[in-house]
Amino acid sequence: MIIMPRKNVFRLKIGGQAGQGVKSTGLTFAKFASRSGFQVYNYVEYPSLIRGGHNVMQINVSATGVTGPSKFTDFLVALNQDTVDKHAAELVPGAFVLFDSEAKTDTSKIIGGVNLLPVPLDKLAHDAGGKDLLINTVALGVLAGMLSGDLEVLIELAKQEYVDKPDVLKSDLAAINLGYQFALDNFSELSSPIFKLEKDKTRPMEKRLVLNGDEAVALGAISAGMQFAAIYPMSPISNILHTLAAHQLEYGYIYKQPEDEIAAINMAIGASYAGARSMTATSGGGFCLMTEGYGLAGMTETPLVIIEGMRAGPGTGFPTWSAQGDLQFVLHAHQDEFPRIVLAAGDVTEAFYMTMEAFYLADKYQTPVVVLIDKNICDDEESVPAFDISSYRVDRGKFTKELDPEYKRYQLNQNGISIRSVPGVGNFFIANSDEHDEKGYSNEETDNRNQQMTKRMKKLETCESEDMQQPLVFGPVDADLSIISWGSNKGSILQALKRFTNVNFLHIGWINPFPSEFVSKFLAKAKKSLLVECNYTSQLGTLIKEKTGFDIKEKALKFDGRPFFVEDIEDVIMSHLGLAEGEAR
Amino acid sequence: MTNLADLSTRFMPNWCPGCGNLPLWLAFKNAAVNEGWDNTNTALVAGVGCHGHIVNFTKLTSFEGLHGRPVPVATGIKLANSRLNVFAFTGDGDCLGEGGNHFIHACRRNHNITIILHDNGLYALTTGQTSPVTSHGAKTKSTPFGNPDNPINPLVIAIASGATFVARGYATDTAQLTDLIIQANAHDGLSVVDVMQPCETFNKSLTHTFYQENTYYVDKKYDPTNKVKAFDKALEFGLKKIPLGIIYKENKPSYESQITHLQGAPLVDVPADKRDINALFASYL
Repeated sequence: MIIMPRKNVFRLKIGGQAGQGVKSTGLTFAKFASRSGFQVYNYVEYPSLIRGGHNVMQINVSATGVTGPSKFTDFLVALNQDTVDKHAAELVPGAFVLFDSEAKTDTSKIIGGVNLLPVPLDKLAHDAGGKDLLINTVALGVLAGMLSGDLEVLIELAKQEYVDKPDVLKSDLAAINLGYQFALDNFSELSSPIFKLEKDKTRPMEKRLVLNGDEAVALGAISAGMQFAAIYPMSPISNILHTLAAHQLEYGYIYKQPEDEIAAINMAIGASYAGARSMTATSGGGFCLMTEGYGLAGMTETPLVIIEGMRAGPGTGFPTWSAQGDLQFVLHAHQDEFPRIVLAAGDVTEAFYMTMEAFYLADKYQTPVVVLIDKNICDDEESVPAFDISSYRVDRGKFTKELDPEYKRYQLNQNGISIRSVPGVGNFFIANSDEHDEKGYSNEETDNRNQQMTKRMKKLETCESEDMQQPLVFGPVDADLSIISWGSNKGSILQALKRFTNVNFLHIGWINPFPSEFVSKFLAKAKKSLLVECNYTSQLGTLIKEKTGFDIKEKALKFDGRPFFVEDIEDVIMSHLGLAEGEAR
Repeated sequence: MTNLADLSTRFMPNWCPGCGNLPLWLAFKNAAVNEGWDNTNTALVAGVGCHGHIVNFTKLTSFEGLHGRPVPVATGIKLANSRLNVFAFTGDGDCLGEGGNHFIHACRRNHNITIILHDNGLYALTTGQTSPVTSHGAKTKSTPFGNPDNPINPLVIAIASGATFVARGYATDTAQLTDLIIQANAHDGLSVVDVMQPCETFNKSLTHTFYQENTYYVDKKYDPTNKVKAFDKALEFGLKKIPLGIIYKENKPSYESQITHLQGAPLVDVPADKRDINALFASYL
């Protein structure tokens, strides 16, 4: 077994008060890095507040790929004292801390060997013709100078951002230049060992999108021909609706903000019944309200895509923190039984393609399809290769608008899927929440109940044989340790795996129907299995036990709202391999 | 053209003898015949309660949903296919109890749908408990010592919430109820028809005799466009003082008429298709 050295990842952290523009600055830096030929992974932490409170964004930059958040910081931009106090312990030897030299910042908590970069941020912001809002922009200029970045790339980003606001652009550019020049004038000696954000001109640059999972879901839905979305705002999925709301006129779909999540799902069901490709999205708390509609879609056989962005805690819980605690919930929510398809995305790219797939599955199986994402996927930006939808085809499944006097909405058949029609085309039918006969009339006879129930449930078998995809396996076939996980843990696990030659990883994306045979075979072969999940009871482990009989004893569980950082996974791997690495930095 | 026979299914109504739902159903079918509502232009939605059975006896394409939720389903249908006449059948428990929030917000948004409120003053399908409109002090299965809750007034709530066509009918006067239903559907905006619909089995006070003795029609001098007077009229309820007819009417743009991309063809007239969004992708570079 070989433990490889850590690949070169530059970990920038920007911290400040909510309202100080931490996220927008971080995103600009991420795009700056991406356009300079680097890959990025952004990790954000923020409280459920609009002003005040502590916001931080970590921008991980690497030439060779970075997919997860880190516990450590190479460069800290501290827009306030809180940032220094809270993050001093994360600084690695040789790190840099940028702060306002005129703000009487107390740097006593910062360990020796860390380089202090006092910059008159506020003064330069005012010199640039702006107010304190430009402090961030000055900091970006300093960063560009320190990292030998291509200033033109940063200027181009500003020009695009403020294309309609020439006055703002002027002061923005001035702020960038002042910061850049300040770095060159004052810190040129310090900056020599630092990570360099220089374009590698020897290889062709692949253009990458920088976006988060919420945006990927919205773009996936638009691409898939979605026609109607009713979504009530809730962290961490609100950016789905923001993105959808903004582009509805261009693409001709409707986004509607309803009065609550119950209305959201019922509106989406109504629109779908009328023939529109429909969706809703929520977090666990909103999904609690949606559970009756969830079963209604199953019973009436109405196609529906539901995005469930998980956050931590019951009740109001931890609104802006992540969890994977809703897997068993979406598998069991609603009384009695109905066919539900449940998928779980592992990153931004999967969120995009799974959303598109969900629309296909909902139409084909005429039943609700849930796509589980977690807050880390919702909020964390990644740089990803351009999406390719050339092979995607919009297929509405068994669907007719032809007049058929003998039409039966719930006609019995072998695979469970009847021909769907819509109001307004002349076909009479009842989409009935009551148990119903083939036409849709309410019916309480035993034979009919057995037939209709069997027909509906049959869809899952059909789906398993025709559409279910197998889990992904990363790493060597033969491994000393096999990690089994799902959701956003994927990124940190993949990043950690780069350092080990004898560890592999089973990433499960289909939750229901479940790829039991594949998982059984994998576990039967595994020398040592380890579950990694962000919940208390190992909900995927419970599912695996139910479906395969394998009881995975070794577990790394976390439920504090924070993700598994790359280093967490490395530590877990080391300890399960019986190794101890000294300094994990 | 729609004939009465076209609206019959193979089931006869299973409502109790004397149930106000029977004449209400007839009034609705008469309206459908008059207006030519059929399976090419109309969709019905029902909630849960005795009223909900109406979909089994009326041969118009329908969605029988959940208790309290017919209004958001109807809203979704209208947004997806604005060409359809969309009717939400609901009860006083369905609409004002379980679905109160949806009722208020649908009124506020002035969706171009018609809500037909089967108002029998209590929960009947669950065999006689209080509903949000049951009078104070009433003894029911859930209030054996008298109802401590005060009733709410659906007409007042509808007007206050922003509905732009608010009417009250009495089920057994099918001619007038037919006319109200036709006018409600023709109105561009959210219409509520509160139908006094006696439950002869469980409600021994709000009977046919009671309504026949205590209702009156608002006369031609009454101006339903005056909101303040409409509140006064809506608040009238008592012996010999139950007004029927159009209580409030306002011309105001419906929700659907304000959505830019719903002008022209209904949403579902453009088939769902893959969208090329390269320009949007580029904004994330």
